[in-house]
Amino acid sequence: MWDYVKLVVLGVVAVFAAIAANYAHDLPYQVNAIVVMLAAAITFIWVARRMGEPVTVAVNEYNDGVVRAGVIATAFWGVVGFLVGVVIAFQLAFPALNIPGVEGILNFGRLRPLHTSAVIFAFGGNALICTAFYVVQRTSAARLWGGNLAWFVFWGWQLMIVLAATSYVLGGSQGKEYAETVWYIDWWIVVVWVSFLLVFLGTVIMRKEPHIYVANWFYLSFIVTVALLHVVNNLAIPVSFLSSKSVSLFSGVQDAMTQWWYGHNAVGFFLTAGFLGMMYYFVPKQAERPVFSYKLSIIHFWALIFLYIWAGPHHLHYTALPDWASTLGMVFSIMLWMPSWGGMINGLMTLSGAWDKLRTDPIIRMMVVSIGFYGMSTFEGPMMSIKAVNSLSHYTDWTIGHVHSGALGWNGMITFGALYFLVPRLWNRERLYSLSLVSWHFWLATIGIVLYASSMWVTGIMEGLMWREVDANGFLVNAFADTVAAKFPMYVVRALGGVMFLSGAIIMCYNLWMTVRAQPAKAAVNANNFVPAE
Amino acid sequence: MDVYSLLRHFADSWMLLFMTLVFVGVVFYAFRPGSRKAQNEAAMSIFRNERRPAASGAEPDASKLKEA
Repeated sequence: MWDYVKLVVLGVVAVFAAIAANYAHDLPYQVNAIVVMLAAAITFIWVARRMGEPVTVAVNEYNDGVVRAGVIATAFWGVVGFLVGVVIAFQLAFPALNIPGVEGILNFGRLRPLHTSAVIFAFGGNALICTAFYVVQRTSAARLWGGNLAWFVFWGWQLMIVLAATSYVLGGSQGKEYAETVWYIDWWIVVVWVSFLLVFLGTVIMRKEPHIYVANWFYLSFIVTVALLHVVNNLAIPVSFLSSKSVSLFSGVQDAMTQWWYGHNAVGFFLTAGFLGMMYYFVPKQAERPVFSYKLSIIHFWALIFLYIWAGPHHLHYTALPDWASTLGMVFSIMLWMPSWGGMINGLMTLSGAWDKLRTDPIIRMMVVSIGFYGMSTFEGPMMSIKAVNSLSHYTDWTIGHVHSGALGWNGMITFGALYFLVPRLWNRERLYSLSLVSWHFWLATIGIVLYASSMWVTGIMEGLMWREVDANGFLVNAFADTVAAKFPMYVVRALGGVMFLSGAIIMCYNLWMTVRAQPAKAAVNANNFVPAE
Repeated sequence: MDVYSLLRHFADSWMLLFMTLVFVGVVFYAFRPGSRKAQNEAAMSIFRNERRPAASGAEPDASKLKEA
């Protein structure tokens, strides 16, 4: 019966998507409608071929299939996102790479949101979803709630990524940074995200452990807050049901403030709280000792929750935003330093008594460097939010350097650590294929980030100083193009740093692939372990 | 007073006080006497149930917790 409902819904969706593609007002909408039609048709066939098969649910086992799929998706989208990043870094250094034949599709302006969304939402999002599913099952001692709903979350998220990517390169955008997705993709994100919340919360409620482990608090706050931010920032009225264009409900400075309330808390809850959930599970697991101070982790959590949400206005210093609001944002940003460093200390001190592991275990090394970058960028961020510093740093490459030391250093490295931790366990292998390849990845990534961040410091501070330089008569000394010309060597160094980071990620993919392919499975413990190498 | 000023006034007086007190309360709760045992147990919970869910209906066995 349930299968028939699914078939009817999928069939209707496919037909309507086909009609919408036919009458579409613009190209991104049309292409997206075709993608939806194909996705519905493929799912229709998949459901139809499995009609009437007996459903067996292994209640006494964890649902790890969806975590495995998430691990593969994380690695895949990571490489895609880093690759696009390298391409646009070279486009900035060598503008000739904005190839005339594909101008308007593969030029910097179109590829830039593709890069940011691919690394944040495709790489980071898949990493967060699959580790959340892994961690919540282990710490709740319960199978994922909701049966195949977890698979819906996984495939729904991949569909969102494909829709967003095809939309961006063809010009579909709301013009809001990190929230470029057009209105119908926003609606789809809401559906998938609420399902994610239900699966996670359902598992926590069905838990067999008396306590909710602290990592789950971080994951839950990340899911709830992102839902809230996403809905409010994307309140908009579509121009037509057949168009990708929509008009925001807010205007002017209210719209800007809403956008950066979203934007900063996307950093705070997507890229910080969620990844802290990873830190609080995978670092103690890999170090094989409990977290340094559970008390500190509770205070870390609540301080982060109470402070982060106010920090957004620091993105709008010296704009039409009222002075009190930007001062508020600045003060809360500086206060945020405390919980951030509390969390960093908690993560690092988890290794106390086991520091020797740093020499022998490159995965721990990766995690420690990631926590180090967390500490560094949560120091740099509050500093840049101070108005006087911001007047120099804002709109310069310093901001881009700051974002990347957080994203590559903290988010990237902790995710790599988690992937190295997960793959042997999920595919039931004795160990990783090669630890020396992990070391290669570690050094390539670390040196890549250092090159990236330091070149952006130099070019950012340089252009900030050049912009404000005036002569004795009060005239500006430099034209904008002068700063662009002066930045060239740093842009090349940055792109090379990106190449190193990308090659590290490719080495990781090879290593993980060989871990599954080239090594025998351990003795099976349950049906989960009979999964073929995929 | 218009709605904006009213809400603004409420937000930076009573609401601010309320949230500060909640936060202080949370910190005190974390340090309450007897919290250490529960917190240690929670901190160790990641080393249990690695391979399969706990048997349905069974409460975690206190003797097993110790050895984990």
